[in-house]
Amino acid sequence: MVKQGVVPDELTKPFWDAANQGRLEIQSCSACNRLQNPPLPACSQCKSADNLEWKEMSGKGKIYNYGVVYDCPVRLLQQDQPFNLAVITLDDDPGIQMYSHLPGTPVDDVPVGAAVEVIFEETANGQKVPEWRVVA
Amino acid sequence: MTTQNAPTSMYRTTEGLGVWEHKGKVAAVGIGHSPTTRRWDGTAENTMGANSIFALRQAIADAGVDPADIDGLVLDPVTTTGAHWPEEQPIPMDVVNAYNQTDDPLDGIAKLSAEWILKNMPELKNVKFTMYGMGCMSHAIVVAAQAVGEGRTHTCLVLKSWHNLEGRYNQSGISATDTVPGTFAMSPGRTLWGAPGSYGTALQFAEYCRKYGKSHDMMAPFMANSRRNGLMFPEGYWAQHRPEALTAEDYLNARWIAKPANLFDNDIPIMVSGAYLFTTAERANDMKQKPVYILNHASSRGAQRSILPTLDEVEAETAETGRKLYEGAGITAADLSFENMYDGFALFHQFHLEGLRFRGMQNGDALDFYQTDISIEGPNPVLPSGGNIGSGRSRFWMHTDCIQQIQGRAGARQITGIKPEIGVSGGPMPMGGNFTVWSASPD
Repeated sequence: MVKQGVVPDELTKPFWDAANQGRLEIQSCSACNRLQNPPLPACSQCKSADNLEWKEMSGKGKIYNYGVVYDCPVRLLQQDQPFNLAVITLDDDPGIQMYSHLPGTPVDDVPVGAAVEVIFEETANGQKVPEWRVVA
Repeated sequence: MTTQNAPTSMYRTTEGLGVWEHKGKVAAVGIGHSPTTRRWDGTAENTMGANSIFALRQAIADAGVDPADIDGLVLDPVTTTGAHWPEEQPIPMDVVNAYNQTDDPLDGIAKLSAEWILKNMPELKNVKFTMYGMGCMSHAIVVAAQAVGEGRTHTCLVLKSWHNLEGRYNQSGISATDTVPGTFAMSPGRTLWGAPGSYGTALQFAEYCRKYGKSHDMMAPFMANSRRNGLMFPEGYWAQHRPEALTAEDYLNARWIAKPANLFDNDIPIMVSGAYLFTTAERANDMKQKPVYILNHASSRGAQRSILPTLDEVEAETAETGRKLYEGAGITAADLSFENMYDGFALFHQFHLEGLRFRGMQNGDALDFYQTDISIEGPNPVLPSGGNIGSGRSRFWMHTDCIQQIQGRAGARQITGIKPEIGVSGGPMPMGGNFTVWSASPD
């Protein structure tokens, strides 16, 4: 399934640039030593914007939870309904979540708790986006 | 007159504030509702602004107040149900010109300012205080209660209106584009991955079921009870347009939206306006209806760590909301006669119930509780308003019902299994909302 294209903006450009190069990077506050996703203009803990940086992740995670989308608001995805939509937690910090369509996993047959690894898929405008695949 | 958003200082967001300093000193004395429709029909007579005027005039008449005595107005200026006026679509100037317009032609059609209301309700000639309670009626209520308590206004209208246009919910705008901005793509909620509105709640419900060994079909008695109560709410959408009971079979066979959330777990977007009149306890004594006193208001401002709130985060936040409500009202869970917490989406109502410790409930108990007698005739009425599930998405049926139950004016919906003396309502979300404790007595 092809997602809408992404136009990186100032806040998120490092994330999308890293994805195009096959790396998963997450915003981090070096003062708090704390990751945050989605990225924000300031650290959600210390509220400072001065210590934000981007850290490369291992690309390993777990399936935390999932639902099956039957009535999607996004036009480009409607032809692929129903589809899995899972929440992945990162092994680097299980408090950090990411979405995934779990490519390769049958609809509504999702192994919650299973290990996953990051892959990168092209969206409609060629921008790559992190996705997650169950580790065999 | 420039209308400002309510400052954060007007919301009671933390524990440890003690009993609300205005406990029992603010009362609801009037209620008004417009008729409901599924969508705007394009006529000047049925705009969201027209509905607003209708509801406000009803609330004034219900209270028996001279409009000239009203000095305050609190409302939510955002009126969308998820429908936005398409940029390329001309604005119908015959509709615009049918009213005394502000400098924004969509005012009164797809947004609502206090200025528009005052321009079109000349009888409100002494309104000196206006403020926006952004979000929904639950916000506007706590702002108005606090404003009356602080003496900013002594007789205050509270208004929430909704517009709904052609098209499917949230499927226009950025959902129909080929590209999205990077920040939007990574945001919680509606994103690159195509999550429907109920997706986050569906996942919290799925986690809840896994943790406590529950299942989606256990929701059926709650859903049937909510529709039953809604059909006894003559102001509601289902009662007015589709008086159909919802059976367990109907519910369990409904199509999925974001499994485990099905069609009926999502509330139906409608056009409707609701209004209340608040005043001081002293002035309330001279008005037509029995006053319903506000014992406390409290607000939830939960923040999840990442994209979606986890079950642990939700349960911690709703428990804190319950503690804040009881602390400020000077009551305990045992004092609650009934509850009218928010239900749109249906799959999070149990978080509100358990957070309140309603009838001694602990986390994981609510779906079993739904299998017992939760009707208005029983000892443990759950959502006697029927909520959004029973009457469509207004986010205010539950407040109206609290007032009406305590006044003894809920008609066929009147609670009979217990004496309705103290009720609680509010929402919208378990991780963020505004809540009010209502009482027959100011003490």
